[in-house]
Amino acid sequence: MAATQADLSAALVLTPVPPADWLVVLPVALPLLAGAVLTMLRRSVRLQAALAVPVLALVVLLDALLLAHVHGNGPVTMVMGRWLPPFGIAFTADLAGVLFALAAAVVALAGSVHALADIGDGERRYGFYPFLLLLVAGVTGAFLTGDVFNLYVWFEVLLISSFGLIVLGSEARQIDGAIRYAFLNLVATTLFLVATGYLYGLFGTLNMADIAVKAAERRADLPTMTLAALYLLAFGMKAAAFPVHFWLPASYHTPRVTVSALFAGLLTKVGVYALLRTLVMLFPVEREELSFVIALAGAATMLVGALGALGQSDIRRLLGYTVVSGIGVMLSGLALGSPGGVGGAIFYALHSMVVMTALYMAAGLAGRLSGTFDLNRLGGLHARSAFFSGLSLVLVFAVSGLPPFSGFWPKVMVTKAALDIGAWWLAAAILASGFLTTIAFARLFLLAWWRPAEGDLPAVEMPAGALLPLALLAVLALWFGLFPDALLSAVQSAAQGLADPSAYVRSVFPEVN
Amino acid sequence: MELLFVLLVAVFFAAAVYLMLSKALVRMLLGTVLLANAVNLLLFASGRVLRAVPPIIPAGRDVPAALTANPLPQALILTAIVISFSFFAFLLVLVYRAWQDLGTDVANEMRIAEPEDEPAPPAGY
Repeated sequence: MAATQADLSAALVLTPVPPADWLVVLPVALPLLAGAVLTMLRRSVRLQAALAVPVLALVVLLDALLLAHVHGNGPVTMVMGRWLPPFGIAFTADLAGVLFALAAAVVALAGSVHALADIGDGERRYGFYPFLLLLVAGVTGAFLTGDVFNLYVWFEVLLISSFGLIVLGSEARQIDGAIRYAFLNLVATTLFLVATGYLYGLFGTLNMADIAVKAAERRADLPTMTLAALYLLAFGMKAAAFPVHFWLPASYHTPRVTVSALFAGLLTKVGVYALLRTLVMLFPVEREELSFVIALAGAATMLVGALGALGQSDIRRLLGYTVVSGIGVMLSGLALGSPGGVGGAIFYALHSMVVMTALYMAAGLAGRLSGTFDLNRLGGLHARSAFFSGLSLVLVFAVSGLPPFSGFWPKVMVTKAALDIGAWWLAAAILASGFLTTIAFARLFLLAWWRPAEGDLPAVEMPAGALLPLALLAVLALWFGLFPDALLSAVQSAAQGLADPSAYVRSVFPEVN
Repeated sequence: MELLFVLLVAVFFAAAVYLMLSKALVRMLLGTVLLANAVNLLLFASGRVLRAVPPIIPAGRDVPAALTANPLPQALILTAIVISFSFFAFLLVLVYRAWQDLGTDVANEMRIAEPEDEPAPPAGY
């Protein structure tokens, strides 16, 4: 404390940020700004979609550029207000985060196009598009931030936007579902905040790179196991892992189909991403200790989800249980912790974002064409449109994990990683849940598409706006099933980047190493 | 001083969990308010409780003259207060709407989204 004049270069960034590094914040800043503008233009119903869809397309482009930048140069960091980390809040984009962000942006763009045909003027007037853009800002911010408290703030941003989306329409069943969704997610984020308070009390820092370094040095003296267990519970609840998954099948079928599709693609995967970030990068030793618990929870989540899907007659509720089942595979990858396991978990998360969103859209279209979501009454959809039937079949194969579609490769990766360390029961659980999912979806396709309709289907037009994003996502599922090499190597480098964060740390603290 | 804080936080958490285990939504709502405040106190304690001056740096200096209080937990708490208050406002309206539209504030009696008598899926064609 002797000096009265400090050397500011130790605390502040004094050189201008390279232009390419601005890509780190643009995918968050742009939807946030557009969301604010659209909130002000709430009454101009026509402007809403005309602005939101191009903005989301631009976000996809920015995320793709950022992916190319990060893939070429390693993790990129930008700090807020020129304060150097660990004082300033850092945004650090590494391969894992950017892959998630790009998939989220693609799903959101598909959702915004689907909304053209599914979301009416009334819902637009009550802010569908602003909520969607703020949801995208929150999700992308969570994927790109390098600060634990900032991650909490982005969780709250996406949570409050999802509250707005889930009650859009204000039907009694939505309010019922929203209550379960809102209370349990609020408890989960509060647990996250509790863990973050302890984390700050122990380490005196909230910067992820700083924590990764300090945890490696001071692990023996600190109760880090408590932190890891609390994060596992909090993010497990957000990700809808057994036994804290009950909010998901109770609420995901209640809102508008576009909203369900967006939730299935975006929300639980943020929980999975946060689990990977905290348990693989920050607390790897503690994750190893907890791996049996995580594996048990993963196996139970897969089987409970698949059995739940078998027992549903409402196809939207069937899909809700399928989302839960997929989370189990990602948890198994996390429990294994090897590059194959974590890489498989990331791949499965990306696959699940695309395919579950598309399946909800397909279910919505099926419901619109036949006037019901009940498996007992659905039928005749193949006769109605062979193209729609073909797209749905692609998705049914992909979600069941059958080749040559995108669900096959991550399941191979995780199963192989499980067999490599002799966890045969975990591999068996993955295969059993895949088998049960195949039965559930084969029955769905058989009854709703192939079975002849009992009466005449209602005379409804086939909406092109709903079919277009569905086709786009189905093509993605087929593409990454046929040509998985690029993505396989990307998720493996992403998993290595999480397991050995030295490049991440160097990007935040360039002068240290 | 810190022991006192810890006990206070523990009482807050216990009361919050007790209230949230209730079936009545209004009690659950009050439980979430108490929970948020319990966490705020916990965040405050995590920055260490000590007798120190406010972190204000006199003019002409870049570093504080003496030991100051930690301003970061207060910034965290401020953020958390804003967030938890807005969530409380949303949940309050939601619960009120549930009472108006569903005619009950007991969680177990709300079965519209998940009807008890839903038919099983067909076993065959």
